[in-house]
Amino acid sequence: MDPSPDEAAAQIEAQEEGGRRVLRASGRIDTEAAARLWPEAMKAAAGAPIAALDLSGLKSIDSAGAVLLLTAAPEAEFQGANEQAAAVLERTRRALGTAPAESAPPPWRPITAIGRATVQRARDAVAGIAFMGEAVVTTLRVLTRPRLLRWSEVLRHLDEVGTRAFPLTLLLGFLIGVILAYQSSIPLRRFGAEVFVPNLVGISLLRELGPLLAGVVLAGRTGSAFAAELGTMTVNEEVDALKIMGVDATAMLVLPRLVAATLAMPVLALLMNVAGLAGMTLIMGTLGYPWASVQNQLQQWLSLQDLFGGLFKAACFGLVIAGIGCRAGLSAGRGPRAVGDAATAAVVGGIVAIVAMDGVFAVLFFRLGI
Amino acid sequence: MRFGSRTIFKDVTFDVRRGEIFVILGGSGCGKSTLLKALIGLVPLAAGHAWLLGEELAAEDDAARRALLRRIGVMWQSGALFGSMTLAENIELPLEEHTDLPRPAREAVARSKLGLVGLGDAAGRLPAEISGGMAKRAGIARAMALDPPLLFLDEPSAGLDPITSAGLDKLIKDIARDTGTTFVVVTHELQSILAIGDRCIMLDKDAQGMIAEGDPRRLKAESTQPTVRAFFRREAA
Repeated sequence: MDPSPDEAAAQIEAQEEGGRRVLRASGRIDTEAAARLWPEAMKAAAGAPIAALDLSGLKSIDSAGAVLLLTAAPEAEFQGANEQAAAVLERTRRALGTAPAESAPPPWRPITAIGRATVQRARDAVAGIAFMGEAVVTTLRVLTRPRLLRWSEVLRHLDEVGTRAFPLTLLLGFLIGVILAYQSSIPLRRFGAEVFVPNLVGISLLRELGPLLAGVVLAGRTGSAFAAELGTMTVNEEVDALKIMGVDATAMLVLPRLVAATLAMPVLALLMNVAGLAGMTLIMGTLGYPWASVQNQLQQWLSLQDLFGGLFKAACFGLVIAGIGCRAGLSAGRGPRAVGDAATAAVVGGIVAIVAMDGVFAVLFFRLGI
Repeated sequence: MRFGSRTIFKDVTFDVRRGEIFVILGGSGCGKSTLLKALIGLVPLAAGHAWLLGEELAAEDDAARRALLRRIGVMWQSGALFGSMTLAENIELPLEEHTDLPRPAREAVARSKLGLVGLGDAAGRLPAEISGGMAKRAGIARAMALDPPLLFLDEPSAGLDPITSAGLDKLIKDIARDTGTTFVVVTHELQSILAIGDRCIMLDKDAQGMIAEGDPRRLKAESTQPTVRAFFRREAA
């Protein structure tokens, strides 16, 4: 940037006078001049300490200019400053005196960092167990005091979690059915066994992919929304206000969400299954297999056990995803970043949890012969 | 000034003289903050003009608008600090954006601004780690980062204790006197109005506009307008 005529007159010069170093400043030292003169000033400051600032030629100065001179000559006495410059310099000197420069951060110690992180994770785990315990206790209290559960809230969340997720679920389910049908027909064709595509897709959907993908949709769509909503309430002290009013925050905020997600998830999984089978049927049609043959295969190989096992898993996934979302929201810190962090934790935690649970169910169902 | 079909205020005309502390006052909900936002171009005026430092913000092209914005500072009602930055980094941001100052200089200027508002030892803290009053003071420090000739303050004393509020009033007067900075202060804090205001206008919700203009001390002593008297004498409606 070209200096203005006034700024071009701004100068600083270090000189020896009577055995001591004097820094002479002249012209108008504003922010632009300060930026231009900074390297020169720091070079002058690198020598012997500057004892005095000769400001007789200084026309005016702003805070950046004052910072420049005071950084170059922090202990110097002012000489010849006009009223404006003296006031700005004195005020800036006082302000800098109360604002110490930041010391270097302490070195990173890996063992300490690991220990600290481990302790924090343990504390989080304990808090999570406490949250689960509180949710269980509140659920048991609802059995004796049904009015604790606000059904209007349950219905509101059912609409949000369930009906509004239908279009997305149907679309994803259909596409998954199409993809599975194509991908499984490729290897089966080699053995002339394309007719078994409905078996493969049907069992995969009903037992695994329907509940799992519906869970992923729920975690991304609803788990994050629960975390963001409750996180914002936490940041705005609304949860504290509920507690001080004597309202059971778990019963009012958490339970309706848990109930809604647990009820909605099997429906979403079922929709995912139906849409997936529809997509598969469409592809089988293009491969030359009419609906009758698809129906025959599905009836022979799929059982109610497959269906209800998948729906049971879906209900469990819904409960866990809602619980993780609520927990993330209620443990949000302060500030807008805290809400974003809570939403992220809800999505990631929900997806990891349902995949881990699916693994456990796989072993369990195998052992039970389901 | 309208929001949809609702008129907020009409026929508000005033000028602010260079170097003065001009106060926009009025009861809650009369449109003070809305007027401030209209002045700085955040909400469009249904009719009329707003000139800042002789230029009309709404009519400027991008480069001229940027140059004009560099010459005004705004302190927001709740501070509006950026949550992912420390207080010092919040103040360094406009310096980094609009000046060529090297990093040590930016850091030193930021520390000096924080020292001015009594937050010198909080430079490394995040906004989530400070109180509401401290956030306001940090907001003022950020508004002053570039030493702008024109500063807008939206309810600077709200939420501050009397000592801090008095200190802030003194700081505003000192800066105005030492640097000739013009202040436009939106407030309903009586003590601050009388302590710092050179001139003021009073807005009224029912009148949808200005009902008084002048020296606040004179308005308090001499106004016969009922709303103005009630405001300055803290009388219930």
